[in-house]
Amino acid sequence: MDRSNPWLSWAYIHDNWGDIAFRLSQHTSLTIEAIVIAFAIALPLAAAAHFAPRLAGLIVGTSSVFYTIPSLALFGILAPYTGIGRTTVLIGLVSYALLALLRNIVTGLQGVDPNVVDAGRGLGYGRIKLLWLVELPNAFPSVIAGLRVATVTTVALATVGVVVGFGGLGQLMFRGFYRGYNAEVATAGLLCVALALVLDLGLLILGKVMTPWLRGTRG
Amino acid sequence: MKILAEAWHWLTTGSSWLGASGPWVHGPDGSLRLARDSIIGLGVGHLYMAAAAVGLAAALALPLGLFLGHVRRGGTLTVVVANVSRAIPTLALLTLFASGSVGFGNRAVIVAVAVFAVPPILTNAFTGMTGVDADVRDAAKGLGMSRWQIIVGVELPLALPLIATGLRTSAVQAVATIPLAALVAGGGLGVIINYGLSTQHYGQALAGAVLVAALSVGIDALLGRLQRKFTPPALRIGRSTLA
Repeated sequence: MDRSNPWLSWAYIHDNWGDIAFRLSQHTSLTIEAIVIAFAIALPLAAAAHFAPRLAGLIVGTSSVFYTIPSLALFGILAPYTGIGRTTVLIGLVSYALLALLRNIVTGLQGVDPNVVDAGRGLGYGRIKLLWLVELPNAFPSVIAGLRVATVTTVALATVGVVVGFGGLGQLMFRGFYRGYNAEVATAGLLCVALALVLDLGLLILGKVMTPWLRGTRG
Repeated sequence: MKILAEAWHWLTTGSSWLGASGPWVHGPDGSLRLARDSIIGLGVGHLYMAAAAVGLAAALALPLGLFLGHVRRGGTLTVVVANVSRAIPTLALLTLFASGSVGFGNRAVIVAVAVFAVPPILTNAFTGMTGVDADVRDAAKGLGMSRWQIIVGVELPLALPLIATGLRTSAVQAVATIPLAALVAGGGLGVIINYGLSTQHYGQALAGAVLVAALSVGIDALLGRLQRKFTPPALRIGRSTLA
């Protein structure tokens, strides 16, 4: 190895491109899968909480306690049962994303203008139709905000999966650290931040596209 | 079930808590160190690192947040700091600092955790100060109070609940983040989990995880209670969720 140990090195990226691309795609697919699963669980749960306000307090309360449990501890609790590897990381990531999403969707649904809901009711909408056609679209900005927070957090959290051997870019950070290879550590870190920003931007654009009625009303 | 039994056995064995030769051992240079095979030793190190990180972050973020809040400028800055910090993986900063000149092990951990402790303290101090009613500030000015008197005597007390919330959020977050120190050869209770996972002693990993989870949830509850106790009744705003 070169005696100088630069933080940024094109040579490193060039020589290890296959490895970097593999970890990056692993990281990306892990994040997206976790978010999709978490969203699929969070939506019906949030709807249930919305129909039964008493349940909402319970769900939000429990989730905030659960959210305090550190990721490393969660992996430590899961690994004995789900083993070393992708499943364990995925379950952990889904859990944290679920909590963030749930909180935002419930808050979003609660924040819908009562007059709008009333108008929907006046049109003869039933409870389900009201939720689907009136409340959810109105809560959409809050849902997107939740998705953005959950996604960015998940990208960062996935690196901790390294303790069960499946950390995506975290794998590179960790290996670089133990080999004393600065370029590997820095490249993996920068790619993580870049991935988070790209996914965040994607969701931001999705949010704008899906809420054409808000265009022009805010920056 | 076997793993649960192992975890229970490990947690109820005296030497897991005290270590083979006590929670404190002598290092190669004769100095006293915390033992890495003792829950007490690792726990004390854990809390020390968390406290140092929060102290470091508060020393930086608190004056800045209070000042920006007082002059009511820099709202965008605090939001940007909070958002950007969320995108940076803790592990990235940890490995980066530990590889770089900050120093191997615990010192790198304290600095990295302090970086993540800054946003909650900064945001809450800022929000607390800007939230002070303009009429109240006007009244204070009308009474002939100086700028310094207004900050210390009027704004600060009113902003205190949010400042406390920020410190508490940071403290809980620090306690929950320190376990990652184990991955860069640092101390803290994460060592137990990391050791258990990497040597397939799953009972021990589970026991360590339960300890870490209990410590985080416990610290959150404790600080929440303290915060409530020391907030004057007139300023109580319920369990604030500003993070």
